[in-house]
Amino acid sequence: MARSPAKADFFEASRKAVADHELHRKLQSASDRHLDHVDETRAEFPPFESERDTARRIKEESIAHLDELLIELRRRLEENGCSVFFAADAEQARNYIVGVAKKNGLKRAVKGKSMTTEEIGLNRALIEAGLEVTETDLGEYIVQLRGEPPSHIITPAIHLSKEDVGALFAEKLQMPYTAEPEELTAEARKRLRSAFLGADLGITGANFAIAETGTLVVVENEGNGRMSCTLPDTYVAVVGIEKVIPKLADLSHFLEILARTATGQKLTTYTNFINGPRRAGELDGPREVHVVVLDGGRSAMLADPVMREALYCIRCGACLNVCPVYRRVGGHAYGSTYPGPIGSIVSPNLFGSAAGHLPFASTLCGACRDICPVRIDIPRMLLHIRWKESEDETRAIPWPRGAARARSGVVRFARLARHPRVARMLGRIAGAFLRPFARDGFLRRMPPPFNNWTAVRDFPVPRPRVRRDTAQEADSSGRVP
Amino acid sequence: MDEVALFPTCLAEEFFPEARDAVLVVLERLRLRVRVVRRAFCCGQPAFNEGFRAPARDLARRLVKSCEPGMPLVVPSGSCTSMIKVFYPELFADDPEMLARVQALRPWVFEFSQFLVDVLKVKYVGARFERTVAYHPSCHLLRELKIREQPRTLLSAVNGIRLVELGDRDECCGFGGLFSVKFPHISGAMLGDKLARIRASGANTVVANDCGCLMQIRGGLHRAGDAIETRHIAEVLAAR
Repeated sequence: MARSPAKADFFEASRKAVADHELHRKLQSASDRHLDHVDETRAEFPPFESERDTARRIKEESIAHLDELLIELRRRLEENGCSVFFAADAEQARNYIVGVAKKNGLKRAVKGKSMTTEEIGLNRALIEAGLEVTETDLGEYIVQLRGEPPSHIITPAIHLSKEDVGALFAEKLQMPYTAEPEELTAEARKRLRSAFLGADLGITGANFAIAETGTLVVVENEGNGRMSCTLPDTYVAVVGIEKVIPKLADLSHFLEILARTATGQKLTTYTNFINGPRRAGELDGPREVHVVVLDGGRSAMLADPVMREALYCIRCGACLNVCPVYRRVGGHAYGSTYPGPIGSIVSPNLFGSAAGHLPFASTLCGACRDICPVRIDIPRMLLHIRWKESEDETRAIPWPRGAARARSGVVRFARLARHPRVARMLGRIAGAFLRPFARDGFLRRMPPPFNNWTAVRDFPVPRPRVRRDTAQEADSSGRVP
Repeated sequence: MDEVALFPTCLAEEFFPEARDAVLVVLERLRLRVRVVRRAFCCGQPAFNEGFRAPARDLARRLVKSCEPGMPLVVPSGSCTSMIKVFYPELFADDPEMLARVQALRPWVFEFSQFLVDVLKVKYVGARFERTVAYHPSCHLLRELKIREQPRTLLSAVNGIRLVELGDRDECCGFGGLFSVKFPHISGAMLGDKLARIRASGANTVVANDCGCLMQIRGGLHRAGDAIETRHIAEVLAAR
């Protein structure tokens, strides 16, 4: 089953994560390395900004005409010999894929990296149906060995160091401990090669689905995606409805921006185009291709004029890398398949739960919007969700006491601030009252509701003063009572 | 233009009166008459950011009605400026009368450094500040208002100043308004990294255009017993 977004546990999980300095170091160094590469590859490609605009425009148009595009996509895919299944939700998608596996008597699945299959909880369903499932992306393979979900949508094992992986492989694969990436990769490669050769089912997601030609596009760096979609006799692709783009010619605009923002590559090492099963006379390729087109809450986002923008996301993961919150709490603390800024927006929609605390766990710094290759205005959407959550009492979410006090305090402050004279007077009184307790103007400890402030930094005592000599009343109209 | 309005903002009024006074000094040295907006106290951003739009609207309405389109409104905060310029239209999307007033006022609203550089075309204000300064760009200033160079232009023209870089990709200081007290552990972790960058930069003074960041950074430095000072940009520009 897909995991729904965390509610009260975000506090617990993020507190633990923040206290884990090793995790912090790993997240910072890995995401900084990505961002350095992103800076370089963007700088050496002057049309980058205009490509962003073009890609954004294509997404806007695709999402606006999604119904027609999906019909065209289905027709073309079927013409190419694929079976197409529209899944309204995760359960339908899982059942269909398990059905295919049972019908064909399949036993061993290899998977290319796919967040959509994580979203629908496919692995567990297949394992329960008796299949052996091997994740073949190196990062995914690592987290699968650990029994964990990925902690990042592009770099699933970003929370682990090479020493962590060495220890894991020594334990699970019974190899002598080493922290040499080459040796660890070689061992994984050896194991994965035999998994590929023995597999009868290949599963991937897709980065794009081209309606015009009925082509699925899978970008990846390890060749595992290519082997997953070509080696086994049965191949299943799980594709969110928002992945469809109209024409083959549109694709280049996305390829120019996706790898550049995701990993700082000009292009991924592999760009796979899948049109359909092996044709008569061809020597390789799957004999059966199934395309599962997943709604799973996406059409509800489509119906909401503000949330719709989240469907433009091409899952590059850059917003996670720049997010000051993600960089400190890591992906697992979010308790959702999609962590980070974009996750805080799509998770409540895809998993049909209340948004919980995630949309509030942001300083609204805007770094995510700046790096987003299709310029999704994530802060504005977070504000929108906060508004809906805060004004709808039926969705009241439980807050820890300190945070709840802060939230009710801000409403009280807003009421007080309607009376500027009273507010200023109270400021003077508070200042005079607090000054005796202060050390050179600062308080080290404060009672609730301010104790959460002094938990991590000192509090300056209010010290309002008015320069009467220059200050004049601004309002000449007298309209405000 | 010889007269401007100044909205000091609640944080400056209560916690950084010297920043507010410094803005007055700088503007008056530039031969402007300054009318301080006293009929509004807060722009409403804290409530707005938390999703409480009705109380935010009350404050926004009050501020908008205290100001006149046609007279520049100077705000010594990127955050409050972006609240007015960027978010008020959204706040009043369903109120045509207020929306019209907001739209009329918006082009007249300027963040302090933006006003000096873009409107007055001033770079040098005759300031002298003999300290090593790290400039921290506040998030809303940088990413909502896209004000990147103006503060640096002004600071680099100050006599005696030595500017150093933080080199942390302009990362947020962790204040985030109510975020600082809802998620103190995350906010504190961000602050800790910011302070480490400040120390590593060799600066003895941190300058920002927002009192929110200054309150966070100043509070963190004081907690650590650090002698590094924090200043609003106006204080640097007012120094002689």
